Amino acid sequence: MSDADKKRLLREMIFYRRFEDRTFEAYMERKIGGFLHLYSGQEAVCTGVLEMANVGKGKENDYVITGYRDHIHAIKTGAAPREVMAELYGKETGSSKGRGGSMHIFDASQNFMGGYALVGQPFPLAAGLAMGCKHKGTNQIAICFLGDGANNQGTFHETMNMAAIWNLPVLFVCENNGYAIGTHIDRSTAQPDQYKRVDTAYNMKSSQHDGMDIDNVMEAAKTAVDYVRNEQKPYFIEFMTYRFRGHSMSDAKGYRTKEEEAEWEKRDPIKIYSKKLIEAGVIKQADIKAWEKEIDDEMENDIIKFAEESPEPKLEELTRYVLDDNPDPRWIGPLQK
Amino acid sequence: MAETAYWEAIRRAHDEEMARDPMVIAMGEDIGVAGGTYKATSGLFDKYGEKRIIDCPISENSYTGIGIGASMVGMRPVIEIMSINFALLALDTIVNAAAKIRYMSGGQIECPIVMRTPGGTAHQLAAQHSARLARMFMSTSGLRVVTPRGPLDAYGMLKSAIRSNDPVVIIEHEQMYNLKEDIPDEEFFRPLEGAEVIREGSDITLIGYNYSVHLCMQAAERLAKDGISAEVVDLRSLKPIDRETIRKSVEKTHKVVVAEEDEAPVGVGSEIITGIMEDCFFALDSQPVRIHAADVPVPYNAKLEKAAIPNADDVYQGALKAMGKI
Ligand SMILES: Cc1ncc(C[n+]2csc(CCOP(=O)(O)OP(=O)(O)O)c2C)c(N)n1
Ligand SMILES: [Mg+2]
Repeated sequence: MSDADKKRLLREMIFYRRFEDRTFEAYMERKIGGFLHLYSGQEAVCTGVLEMANVGKGKENDYVITGYRDHIHAIKTGAAPREVMAELYGKETGSSKGRGGSMHIFDASQNFMGGYALVGQPFPLAAGLAMGCKHKGTNQIAICFLGDGANNQGTFHETMNMAAIWNLPVLFVCENNGYAIGTHIDRSTAQPDQYKRVDTAYNMKSSQHDGMDIDNVMEAAKTAVDYVRNEQKPYFIEFMTYRFRGHSMSDAKGYRTKEEEAEWEKRDPIKIYSKKLIEAGVIKQADIKAWEKEIDDEMENDIIKFAEESPEPKLEELTRYVLDDNPDPRWIGPLQK
Repeated sequence: MAETAYWEAIRRAHDEEMARDPMVIAMGEDIGVAGGTYKATSGLFDKYGEKRIIDCPISENSYTGIGIGASMVGMRPVIEIMSINFALLALDTIVNAAAKIRYMSGGQIECPIVMRTPGGTAHQLAAQHSARLARMFMSTSGLRVVTPRGPLDAYGMLKSAIRSNDPVVIIEHEQMYNLKEDIPDEEFFRPLEGAEVIREGSDITLIGYNYSVHLCMQAAERLAKDGISAEVVDLRSLKPIDRETIRKSVEKTHKVVVAEEDEAPVGVGSEIITGIMEDCFFALDSQPVRIHAADVPVPYNAKLEKAAIPNADDVYQGALKAMGKI
C-alpha cells in the first residue's frame, strides 16, 4: 500500500470520528431526532474491510448492508457525507430524502443497500443481494456488517445455512464489540467466539481477528473478500472491537467499568494507526493537526451548512414512495368494467 | 378456452413468466423436486433447474428475506409459503423490510417480490393450520394484498404481481386449489387493483373475497329463489380496497352484507363497513351485516369447526336480516 493511501486511510478514520462527534453535538442541539447510534471506536473494521472491497465506484460497487449503526458504512461505501448529515437532519436532500433517518441510510447509486433497525434482519437480505449478484454473474459480492448480538437471532442461523448450501458470495462481518446494548456477550451467548458458531455448524469458512489495528483488519479482510469473490462462497469474519460511546444517545454505560473502557481506549484505532504512520515517517504529528482543521472546516462550512440550509420534504409528498409512483395500468388496474 | 384448475393456473403463470424473464425465480419449501404442496410449480424444476426453482429449508423468515434481498437487485422472486400460519414467521422480513424499503430509502430501492400463501380452513386442520389473517397484511402500508377467487384471477393476477414493482402478497385458499374455470389459451393479465361485480342485482349487495365470494354466490342463488335480487362484489384486492365499486353497488341496493371467513375484530368486514359509513352512509336502508367466524382458535372437532366457520347459509340468513325478513 502506498504512503498516500495510508495517509488517506488515517485521514478517513479521523474524519469518521469527527463526523460522529458532530452528529452527537447536533443531537444535543435537537437538530437530529430519533435514535442515534455512533460508530466511534470501531472505525478500523468498516474502513479496513471496505478498503479491500469495491467501493466508491458507484453502481460497480460491491453491495453493502448493515444495521442501525450505519453512517460510516454508508460514507465509506461512497455516500456523500453531506447527504448522510442531511438525512440525519430529516431533509429532502438527505440520502433517503428525509424518510429514513439515522438508522435507515440508503444510497442506491453506490449500492449501499441500507441500514436496518431490526436486529438480524440484514442477514437474509445480504444473502439475497449475493444471490442476485451470482444469478446475474456480475462478480460483485455482498458484504453484511452486524454486531455480536445479532448472532442470537434466528435469521443468523437460517441464513448461514442457506448461504452455505447455495454457495452465495456474501461476506458476513461480525463487529464484536462485546455488548448488545447493556448485555455483555458472556451473559447472552453460549459460545462467545462468534466465528466458531458457523464453521462446523454451517460448514462455512470463518476466522477471528483484532479489529482495532487497521493493518490487521485489511490483511484478514483481503483474504476473506478474495475467497468470497473467487470461490463464490460465503465467509464469516469476526473482528474484536469496542464502541467508545454508549449504545445510543440515552446510555449511562452503567454495565461496564471505567477500567475496561480505559483499556480499550489505549487501543483506539486512530491512535494505533497514527503512531504507526508517524514512526514509519509517513506523516508527522503536524499533519494530523492540519487535517483536523481541514475536517472541521469541511464539517461546518459544507456538511452542516448543507444539512441546515436544505429544505424539508414537502407535506404534499407525505405518501410518496409507499408504492410504485408510476405503476403500469396493465398490471395494476384498476379493473376495466 | 380450456378448463383449468386453480393450481394449474398458478403453474401456467409461473411457467410463462419464467420463460419470458430469466430474473423470475421461485422459492419455497418442497416446490422443486417434490413438485409443490399444491402442485403450483410441478414440472418446473425439471424445466428451469435448481437455480430458478429453489427448494428452501424450513426457514420462512430468512428465505423470504433472501428473496427480498434478491428483488432489491433486480430479481423477481415468487415465494411460496406453505400456509399463511407459517407466514407469521416471515412477518419481520415482509412487514418490516419488503413493505418499507421503498419508503425508507426515499424511493431509491424497490422490492418487486411476490409472496403466495394459502389462508383458510380446510377440513379439521385445527388451530395452527387454519389461519386466514388477510387482515394482518391488509393493514400494512407498502404492501399490495390480493385474493384471487378462481383460476382466471389466480393466473392473471400472479402474472401482474410478478410484473408489478411493488411487494405483493397473494392470499390463496386451501379449499380452492382444485376449483376449475375456463380460461383463455392466449396470454392475459388481470389487474391487481379493482373490485368486481360478479353477479348483478338490485335488492342487496353481498361483499366477499377469496373463498367467501363463493359463499356469497351460493347465498345469492338461494335468495333469487325467494325473489330477492342480490348483487355480489368480489373485493379481489384487500390493499388497496376499491371503495368506488362498493359505493356504487350500495347506492343501488341500499343494503349490504360483508362475508369474511376470518374472525371479526379489526377485520375485513370492519374495514369495508367503515368505508361505507364514510362514503355512502345515507344510501343505507338498514344496518350493515357482518358474517364472520366465531372468535375462537379454529377447533379440530368437525362439528365445532363447522360451527366456528361461516357458510353459505350464514350469508343467506345475514341477507334476510339486512332485508328485514327476519
Ligand atoms: C429484533 C430486534 N430486537 C431488539 C432490538 C433492540 N436492540 C437494538 S440494538 C440491540 C443490540 C444489538 O447488539 P449488537 O448486535 O451487538 O450490535 P451493536 O449495537 O453492539 O453494534 C438491541 C437489542 C431491535 N432493534 N430489533
Ligand atoms: Mg455488540
